Amino acid sequence: MTQYGPLNRNLGSGTRTKAVRSDMKWHELTRAGNIYEPGNANSYETGDWRSIRPVWNKERCINCLFCWRYCPDASVIAKDGKFEAFDYKHCKGCGICAKVCPVNAIDMVSEDEIEKVKEANKDEN
Amino acid sequence: MATLKELSKVEERFVGGHRLCAGCGHGITVRMILNAAEGSNVVVGCATGCLEVASTIYPYTAWRCSFIHNAFENAGATISGVEAAYRALKKKGKVKEDFKFIAFGGDGGTYDIGLQSLSGAMERGHNIVYVCLDNEAYMNTGIQRSSATPTGADTTTSPAGKVIPGKQQPRKDLTAIMAAHNIPYVAQTAINNWQDVHKKAKKALEVEGPAFINVLSPCPRGWRYNTPDIVEITKLAVETRFWPLFEVENGKWKLNYKPKKYVPIEEFLKPQGRFRHLFKPGNEHLIKAIQEEIDSRWLALLERCGETPELPPR
Repeated sequence: MTQYGPLNRNLGSGTRTKAVRSDMKWHELTRAGNIYEPGNANSYETGDWRSIRPVWNKERCINCLFCWRYCPDASVIAKDGKFEAFDYKHCKGCGICAKVCPVNAIDMVSEDEIEKVKEANKDEN
Repeated sequence: MATLKELSKVEERFVGGHRLCAGCGHGITVRMILNAAEGSNVVVGCATGCLEVASTIYPYTAWRCSFIHNAFENAGATISGVEAAYRALKKKGKVKEDFKFIAFGGDGGTYDIGLQSLSGAMERGHNIVYVCLDNEAYMNTGIQRSSATPTGADTTTSPAGKVIPGKQQPRKDLTAIMAAHNIPYVAQTAINNWQDVHKKAKKALEVEGPAFINVLSPCPRGWRYNTPDIVEITKLAVETRFWPLFEVENGKWKLNYKPKKYVPIEEFLKPQGRFRHLFKPGNEHLIKAIQEEIDSRWLALLERCGETPELPPR
């Protein structure tokens, strides 16, 4: 998962309450339904929507970062202007990154295949 | 012009974990626009639509900036109110930092339902940026026609069948309506050209006074094309002159991209399921009518931009 540091800006002096949880009772809810934790959707994982997964090929990658630019889910993590990794906890497997890649450095692999490989490896061990 | 390497170091404002469909154009557009804001403080308002309902499902928010929730019809009014409050507080010295104000609306919340509040906000001259994410129908409620839906598109409220061949009316030219407000900056752009989106977003944020950007943001579900082809489909929209890229700066129209070759509109219509019925035998006249409309709009646009009104060479 992408790790975001603390925000470097003032969020105002509004009443801060404890973090919002999904199992809250109605009387525990924040006033006006305010959310005090910016970007907390990051803790909600959409990776299980995926049926195909992008796999990065390091040798072929030219670090053009088109995949980073065109990812709707901010799931391509770039570090110091270079491709770092895919955020599989949020990637929905749309396949845009593989399509925009000019050097075909991203392969879309079926999750079933990955499961099968994992199972096979488990048996060997 | 900043390179992607530099831009990727800018803090991410729209994080993963939002519930937009896989391959949604909105996620890409919003990330591009907020990326162009770079280090500055941003307040975002959102008209009801796919983006709002998918990014702020309580108790989660995908926005790493101040976000204000409002109804379908008043994104313009809400963000202008926030901007006015900010100016008052700044005058009193209660707010020290500088803020930018951005409103996002879908085409339903901009072309149809939110048009009056948007028009008011633009007329009052607030220092805001309104971004319309145009996916050409009410996708959030299940693909109903809007005034942004192009002629001939099959939607649930303009179903193509024996009686009608999809939507019968031409689409509204909202960018021209916004330009008629004589505001400092109006632009139309598409995500296939990220430099263009970045440049226009930056200009809109820097300009003093209201700015409006209309972005073509494809919807794989509603347009029924192959999801990974988002960039190709947007590129075809620009190449076929269905979605020209232009900007209006202080009343001066400027064309940003001129296709080198005449690409017939069929190229754009063919990959999309919503136009499939147009390719049935006996419907050739419908495509011809769409092509004629696009050509006449293109010539009118060229004239406005002060260029020789002629179609690209075939």
